[in-house]
Amino acid sequence: MGLFLLKRLLTLVATLIGASVVVFVVLEILPGDAAQTMMGPDASPEAVRALATKLGLDQLPLERYWHWVAGMLTGDLGNSYAYSSPVFDLVKERLALTVPLALMAMALTTGLALMVGIYAAARHNRMGDVGLMGLTQVGIAIPNFWFAILLILLFSVKLQWFSAGGFPGWGEGFGPAFQSLLLPALSLAVVQAAILARITRSAVLEVMREDFVRTARAKGLSQRATLWGHVLRNAMIPVITIMGLQSAELLAGTIVVENVFYLPGLGRLIFQSISNRDLIVVRNCVMLLAAMVVILNFIVDILYAVIDPRVKASDI
Amino acid sequence: MSGMKVPSVAEAVAPNPASPTFWRRALAHRSFLLGAILTSLLVFAAALSLVWTPWSPYEIDMAAKLQAPDSAHWLGTDPFGRDITSLLLVGARNSILVGVIAVGIGLLVGGSLGLFAAARRGWAEELIMRLSDFTLAFPAILSAIMMTAVFGAGIVNSIVAIGIFNIPIFARITRASANALWSREFVLAARACGKGPWRISFDHVLPNILSVLTVQVTIRFAIAILAEAALSYLGLGTQPPQPSWGRMLAEAQTLLFQAPQLAVFPGVAIALAVLGLNLLGDGLSDLMDPRLARKR
Repeated sequence: MGLFLLKRLLTLVATLIGASVVVFVVLEILPGDAAQTMMGPDASPEAVRALATKLGLDQLPLERYWHWVAGMLTGDLGNSYAYSSPVFDLVKERLALTVPLALMAMALTTGLALMVGIYAAARHNRMGDVGLMGLTQVGIAIPNFWFAILLILLFSVKLQWFSAGGFPGWGEGFGPAFQSLLLPALSLAVVQAAILARITRSAVLEVMREDFVRTARAKGLSQRATLWGHVLRNAMIPVITIMGLQSAELLAGTIVVENVFYLPGLGRLIFQSISNRDLIVVRNCVMLLAAMVVILNFIVDILYAVIDPRVKASDI
Repeated sequence: MSGMKVPSVAEAVAPNPASPTFWRRALAHRSFLLGAILTSLLVFAAALSLVWTPWSPYEIDMAAKLQAPDSAHWLGTDPFGRDITSLLLVGARNSILVGVIAVGIGLLVGGSLGLFAAARRGWAEELIMRLSDFTLAFPAILSAIMMTAVFGAGIVNSIVAIGIFNIPIFARITRASANALWSREFVLAARACGKGPWRISFDHVLPNILSVLTVQVTIRFAIAILAEAALSYLGLGTQPPQPSWGRMLAEAQTLLFQAPQLAVFPGVAIALAVLGLNLLGDGLSDLMDPRLARKR
């Protein structure tokens, strides 16, 4: 396990470095003159030069890259061009919304998917199974932002149970904040739940065909007891793997859904920063999201090896 | 020795879509059939929009704004009086364009890299796979955001961004499938006959992984349509006046109280297109690998 962990850790570090190089090259080197990009084509040459000096663009690219990486490690991400405040504070403030939103969406995804997947597998090829799997096909095809709009249409416009967007802040109490995140989390969760439900159903069906399940049934265990006591535990391996990968999708999905509900999270910050041509904020937010994706994949790899010891044996 | 003809084993390993049995099974497969019908409708709508639309999708007629569906405007009109049916038809063209080019980039570049990695193994394979690890850290929407932050919003940038995101996915799938084939006897036979790695890759490996790649193409096509719609919704993809399903939804959201029907039709169009492609992919996967179908 030690060697496996070390190998995975080295891969994690290498991937993070690689991702940071990609972000740096795309957002710092490709624009040519980042200061000009940020100020727009109408800016005076003096103003562009002043900003270039302020941003340290007169330094060598390698030097700038090193400064940026060192800054990230010490929590100094520089100042936002549009907000004139430290990027670190901006990001920290926005994460207080995006992280709970992604966690709520993941919890909803897991709950919905396990219920539907296990129910469908237990009624394999019967009406309930066929109907639910048809619904999951539709769920996978629905864009999350459209589902979000439909939720607003139903719950905000018609029924007026929820507000159509906005976030009161955690300072206003848990209830109102939770309520304003519920529809966004649901719109993120439905598509992912549809995918995960299909995986859960396949995994449960696969395990139900194993010899040890037949043995459990032969010794007199009821179908329910076999399902909960023997099948589920073994079926969870592929389900957990997909859940890890889906967390990355959920994080990326927050960029769109936060914009549908006008939620002041990381996704909306990135979007607004693009409109403001605030490349410093875009660079750090994109890197943060990419790092979250890489770290989540790393955790999945490790979890997978913990659950299924055959993985590390074949991987080393 | 090198002149010896090695019979292609493509037919023996992968099912032949040209055979009558394949089509008989395909027509009896519900997912495949429904997927094929929906996908054909998408292609038909796009093709039709090239020669005919009920109204001009670019013509603004404020006198006819926000009309409910009637015999003149089958799905109603938008806040500028443009016909929704015409906008949806032209939007289909846009979705197909994005899908074809973005998936084409992924298939050509990623597929070639995957074939190369499997043929060369060693450091080349390691390098390609590690590079694809880096790019996989950026989901399509994130890489598109980086592109638009630098080069500005637009359909070309979003297509390129989605295409770049597809490269590592096709590289990984091609490499994994090709690696499994490189240890098969018929590849060993081809090597013994003196064929080089590239000839083997194209003559023997590629025909046998075409079924896997075809299934992936349909799935990635659907994901490309979703990604483009999301980018256009955010205002980073297709720009006005070019109609796009995603942007139609963004415009509809501002009028949810006055004209809620505007938020329905473009979403239905996206969902049907994606559903069709997904069902087609599922069906093709079952037909090309019947063992998978039995497991479902």
